[in-house]
Formats: sequence, structure tokens, C-alpha cells
Amino acid sequence: MDLLTFKLILVLALFLLSLTIAAYSTWAERKVASIMQDRIGPNRAGPFGLLQPLADGGKFFFKEDFTPANAERFLFVLGPALVMFISLITGAVIPWGKSLNIGGTSFDLQVANIDVGVLFIIGMASIGVYGIMIGGWASNNKYSLLGAIRASSQMISYELAMGLALLSIIMMTGSLDLKQITESQTTGKLWGVIPWISGMNWNIFYQPIAFLIFFVAALAETNRHPFDLPECESELVTGYSTEYSSMKLGLYMFGEYVNMFISNAFMVVLFFGGYNYPGIEWITQHWGENTAGILSIAAFLLKTIIGILIFMWIRWTLPRFRYDQLMHLGWKTLIPMALVNLLITGAVILAFAN
Amino acid sequence: MKLTNRSKVVSNKEMTLAEKIYLPAIFTGMGITFKHAVRTVLKGAPAVYSYPEVQKPRAEIWRGQHVLKRDEEGRERCTACGLCAVACPAEAITMTAAERTKEERDLYREEKYASVYEINMLRCIFCGMCEEACPKSAIYLTDRLVDVETNRGSFIYGKDKLVEKINERIDITERQSEKQKNAVK
Repeated sequence: MDLLTFKLILVLALFLLSLTIAAYSTWAERKVASIMQDRIGPNRAGPFGLLQPLADGGKFFFKEDFTPANAERFLFVLGPALVMFISLITGAVIPWGKSLNIGGTSFDLQVANIDVGVLFIIGMASIGVYGIMIGGWASNNKYSLLGAIRASSQMISYELAMGLALLSIIMMTGSLDLKQITESQTTGKLWGVIPWISGMNWNIFYQPIAFLIFFVAALAETNRHPFDLPECESELVTGYSTEYSSMKLGLYMFGEYVNMFISNAFMVVLFFGGYNYPGIEWITQHWGENTAGILSIAAFLLKTIIGILIFMWIRWTLPRFRYDQLMHLGWKTLIPMALVNLLITGAVILAFAN
Repeated sequence: MKLTNRSKVVSNKEMTLAEKIYLPAIFTGMGITFKHAVRTVLKGAPAVYSYPEVQKPRAEIWRGQHVLKRDEEGRERCTACGLCAVACPAEAITMTAAERTKEERDLYREEKYASVYEINMLRCIFCGMCEEACPKSAIYLTDRLVDVETNRGSFIYGKDKLVEKINERIDITERQSEKQKNAVK
């Protein structure tokens, strides 16, 4: 098998995986919500309501697709498409597993191994704002516009904290390459003290504060609770998506779940060792490359899914922030914290490098 | 002046550091939801009815759709006196009285009967005053739900829907008081 065939298969697999996980996130979200609220949740469509995403999708397609008379038609359609497109394309640079050996050739499980993977994801996340902004503006509705403005200002403010938290990781690794960031978490003694275990040298143990900042920023970036102010029903009807109906609304909602999946995957790469798991090198040597590769994919997905579940857990626990509190938290707390963390990281690296 | 002991004095005090960090409160909250989640997963959802299969039990004295009773011999008890209509606070009941003929002796118990008896189920508030007002123990509220209809006209229930069928008598003894039970005789 040549490289191109493998990459095409990988692209298709990733596409399907992202969509499946996003679809089942909607199911899981409702299940998680229900068990936390002493309810049962979806249980009609299929066993345990497992066909619920299909039913929802079907319903979305058959609803009336209404476009307001004064909406800017082209942009109105472009908005949701952009959100979905951006969410899906970011998966390309994430290393989903170690490597697979097919027919004597070793293939990396990463669609595009570019040197600036981190920048690519951050950049794409910023463009994701456009989807919301365009949609809100094209609706020609004050509520939508207000929702879109809130969404974009929130995302832009939290991107700063996110980028600063990321910088400390980049400083530690010395690279913007996501593959290299993952590799750097494979070997080494933890804090230089704890005995050597392969695949457990995760960044979270070195950068807990950066993780906290990044986590909060990721919640805000994906418009998840407690930062889902663009959609607050009480003040803004439903924010930027007020005028949307049918599958266009579906794409917005679905895009959010794909986003959540990708941002959790990103978080796993940066802080939780990516596809690494305890004993990964031993397994590679003794059980072969393919076993290690498949296990690494499973480990990666497991970590990502746990992340998604934690996002949901937070959603169904916390009330929303007020908008000024949200801005205060972003600008007055997270950004200074990230800066101080960056300073300390720099000092420590400098001290130990010499 | 204090009306109750529940009022609280509003304070604008600054938040303490622990409150400003938010995290302790957040973790407490997440602990609570997690406890609920574990309990629901292990023991099933408390106080939830899977509706179409399991119906929520109604109270014994729950007031539902009306019935016009017949007596032991199958004769309609209603004598069209109109006391129920007078007692009805929503003015949902209307009726027309008629005199029975000799041939109708085994159809109606009293000499006068209701040739038309209508209750507007959209107006009815199911208060049970008609039941209390009836001197002949003819009208009762049952434990049945009023059917769903698609137009307003169908909600005006006539005798065809109100009078109990001779073969399907509706048992309302559970909701009758001792006084009512004695009054039936």
C-alpha cells in the first residue's frame, strides 16, 4: 500500500469517526444529563435509545428549511457550513495513534504531519468564529447579531489565555509539531525523580496550571457551559442561531459537538500524553508494532471520550456565568495567570538547562 | 416589621478568596451531581414513570370525567332539577327537562327527566360541586380522563357520553362518602 492510499483511508476513517462520535455525543449528553437529574433519558429509539441520533438527524432533514426574507442568502448558508468544515478539518493534524505497520511499511496515524500543527489548530479555531459571526450577521436579526457578537468577543478573549497556556507547553517541548509534542511525553522520569515508566511522562504533571487555564479556555472556545452565553435563551432567544431551522441549525449544533471532540483530542495531545499509555515501549518491543499501534488508538480515544464526558458533567452541574463575569474571568484572571505561569516555566527551563 | 422569619438581610460583602477562585464550589457541585449519577445508574431513576407502560397512580378522590348514574333497575336517576347547573361555578352544565310517558317508566326513575344534558368539558373545572348539589345522586365524577378531541364542538358532552351504559356500569363507590352512599337508597 502506498502512502497516498493509506492517507485517503485515514481521512475517510477520521471523517466517519468524528461524525459518529459527535452524533453519539448528542445521545451521551442527554443520557448524562438524565442520570444526573434522576431521570432515565432517551430509551425509545433502539436499545438504550442508541438510535436516537439517527432519529434526530432524520427529523432535522424533514423540518421546513426556512430562510428569512431579508437574510443575506449566500452568507446565511455559508455560516453553518463553515462551522462544520472548520471543525472537521482540524482533525487532520492530530496524531491519532502511534503507527501501523501494513505490508512492511510503517505509517504514522496522522493525516498531515506539519511543523506548525499547534498554530494550525489555533488558527482554525479562530476561523471557526467566522462561521458563527457570519451566521449571526446574515440572519438580519438583532438577537442573532448580539449573540454572534457575544460569541466572537468571548472566543477572541479566551483564545489569548489559551495561546498563552499553550506557549508553556511549546517552550517545554521546543516544537510546534503535535507529533513531536506527543513523542516528548513518551519517555523520561517524571519530575526527574519518579522511576522510569514509558508513556507516562505527561505534560499535565509538569503544567497543571497551564492545563487548568487551557481547559477553561477550551470550554469557552467550544461555547460549552458555563460559557455558552451566545445561546442564552432568556436574553437572546437562542443567540446567533435564532433564524436557523432544519439541518442548518443541525449543522451548528452538530458542529459544536465535533468541536468538542476535536478540542478534547487536542487537549489529550497536549497534556495527557496523546496516544501514549503506560508500557507503550515494552509492548512495541514484545508484541509488535501493530498491537502497540491499535492499543495507542484505543488509549487516545478513551482519553478523549473521558474528556468529553467531563465537559458534559460540567455542563449539567454549573450555572452560566454572567457576561461581565465571563469577561472578568478571561481578562483579569486567566491571562495574568497564564503570563505568570509562562514566566515560571521560562525561569525553570533556564535554570535546568544550564 | 417582620412578617415571617424567612427574610434574609441582603449583603454586598466582598467574596472571600476561596469564593473568588470558584473551584471549591465547582468541585462541591460536581460531587453532588456525580453522587446523583451514581445513584441513578446503580438503583435506577427514582420517581420516574415510563409513561405509556406505567401510569402514574392517581389519588382515590381524583376527579375526572362525569357520569350520569342509573339506579339498580337501570333507570336514569337524573330528574333534571337543574341544581347541578346552578351549583356549577363555571356554568358548564345545561339541560332541558321533559316529562316521561307511561311507556318510559323503566327508562327514567322520576316523572321528569333530562331530554338533553350537556357538559362543556372545556369550561368544566372538575370541582365536584355538581356531585354535591345533586339530590338524586345522579351525577358523579369518575377516575376517567376526558378524551382528547380535535375540535371544540366535540368537547360538549351529551347524554350519549355521560350516561353510563347499562352493561358497563361505572363503580364510583370508592369515592362516595357514607352520607352519599346512604342517600342513594
